[in-house]
Amino acid sequence: MNQANAARADSPMIEIAGLNKWYGDFHVLRDIDLTVARGERIVICGPSGSGKSTLIRCINHLEEHQEGRIVVNGMPMTRDVKRIEQIRRNVGMVFQHFNLFPHLSVLENCCISQTWVQKKPRTEAERTAMEILERVQIADQALKYPGQLSGGQQQRVAIARALCMQPEVMLFDEPTSALDPEMIKEVLDVMVELARDGMTMLCVTHEMGFAKTVADRVIFMDQGQIIEQAPPETFFNHPKSERTQLFLSQILGH
Amino acid sequence: MVDTTTVTEMVAERRPPDLRRGLLGWLQANLFNTLLNGAVTLVTVALLAMVLWPVLQWAVFQADWLGNSREACSGEGACWVFISARFESIVYGFYPGAERWRVDLVFAALAILIAWLAIPRLPAKRWVGLFAMVAFPVIAFFLLVGGVFGLEQVPTGNWGGVMLTLTIATVGIVGSLPIGIVLALGRRSQMPLVRGFCVVFIEFWRGVPLITVLFMASVMLPLFVPSQVEFDKLLRALVGIMFFWSAYMAEVVRGGLQAIPSGQEEAAKAMGMGYWQRMGLIVLPQALKLVIPGIVNTFIALFKDTSLVLIIGLFDLLAIIRSGLTDSDWLGFATEGYVFAALVFWVFCFSMSRYSQHIERRLHTGHRN
Repeated sequence: MNQANAARADSPMIEIAGLNKWYGDFHVLRDIDLTVARGERIVICGPSGSGKSTLIRCINHLEEHQEGRIVVNGMPMTRDVKRIEQIRRNVGMVFQHFNLFPHLSVLENCCISQTWVQKKPRTEAERTAMEILERVQIADQALKYPGQLSGGQQQRVAIARALCMQPEVMLFDEPTSALDPEMIKEVLDVMVELARDGMTMLCVTHEMGFAKTVADRVIFMDQGQIIEQAPPETFFNHPKSERTQLFLSQILGH
Repeated sequence: MVDTTTVTEMVAERRPPDLRRGLLGWLQANLFNTLLNGAVTLVTVALLAMVLWPVLQWAVFQADWLGNSREACSGEGACWVFISARFESIVYGFYPGAERWRVDLVFAALAILIAWLAIPRLPAKRWVGLFAMVAFPVIAFFLLVGGVFGLEQVPTGNWGGVMLTLTIATVGIVGSLPIGIVLALGRRSQMPLVRGFCVVFIEFWRGVPLITVLFMASVMLPLFVPSQVEFDKLLRALVGIMFFWSAYMAEVVRGGLQAIPSGQEEAAKAMGMGYWQRMGLIVLPQALKLVIPGIVNTFIALFKDTSLVLIIGLFDLLAIIRSGLTDSDWLGFATEGYVFAALVFWVFCFSMSRYSQHIERRLHTGHRN
């Protein structure tokens, strides 16, 4: 747990209680309860369609839930736009398909919300952006456009862009699934480093190596429910539920 | 059993081979590569010559250029004297001669503003843009209409020719794009009232012919408003044209909005941006860039359709030329008149088209992801 968060260490980073969500009639999230402590690193895995992406997208209200309570950094989520935007400013998100802004350079991608949302002066925003781009080792590409970079580079820029808002928690939605195999490592390295610095992280991923290295807790979801959660050692070596065992045998079995 | 093979040396990088073969090589490869193609080429050239030569003869070589009356016309080729003799009225309509400097001033300023905004090297784009959008229309309005600061009032009924065409086109273009953008955003709004209004507005204006709009503006509107309230005829036509084209513009822009992946807005949302920031900074810049061809297509259609105002008695470029045709001193010069009008329209529209292609190239930022 890092210093900045210590002051509010008494409240958990994220509290989710009794969360239910439907797409039309389809019950996609069922009675989810989840508390994430400050500095905790959580990996969420599960078969496709199990609701894991939907769950983390509810945390910054990219998806609206119909039942239940979500509290982020002490602020309860409501339908009020101002409150939602306030919460989003504390929550960084990295997407499967990067979603960088193709009409802006790497540097502008990292500055745009600093100058428009945080109302920082241009020079200060650029200084922050360059520091963080340095951290993800892509500062030399700052003036290029996203379309000129490789997938791995783009995803590192996307992580930098989210970090520029100085979020308290980072959400990763399958950050390496759209990458060519040889680029996965450069992105995971950045994420491992981020975890070492004490960032609170929720990570939907199938990178089990990453889960073993950094996760404090691994969560297995199926059919909209949290089936099993455990520290990585227990989770991978002694999975309790049958469905977890089946899933693990499928993704680790070859 | 498959044998293992490896390379011992990497292949050095080479320049691509030069496949150009000069003019003769090009002709041989593209126009005369087979006997049949050679024959087709020769026939085509002959046909072109047969059509183009008489046109050039008429329009240039045997044409008459100088003079003040029809006596200057030899009758062998085109008589451009018809145009040059009435050039002033073609440009200014019935704008009083002593006041024409006001028109010159407004359109010179407009040309400078457009050039300033179009040439990337010139500085202070934001301030020039702000001046062009806010101060210039006010100044232009008072200069052209007059009635203040000791300027003689010139009723819009006296406006005409190129000046009127450009006025309608400029107001139409500058008005319809922002209204169209707002309508396109409104049509995608989550709020049923806003969406409903925009859908009805767009479908109404898109569903009626422009001629009907102009007729309604000039004939029917005065029946419905009290007789003391008098709207200027030109103003009514301008509003009609603006609304009509903004409906088209809205659908063009909506096409662009639809093409932007939802991930773009999600990324902007995730960083805490509000609706107008997401639209103004992320979605619209990409969407508008995507539909530049459609937008310019609409501008060009708008520009040409300004000539429809002649049916409600406004004397735009085409109407002025037509009125010249009925002048008993100049009967029989319809071809020259229409060719000239077509040329003027073509020059403006082609310039817009070329500029839009230039803009597309300049805004290209590598491969889309």
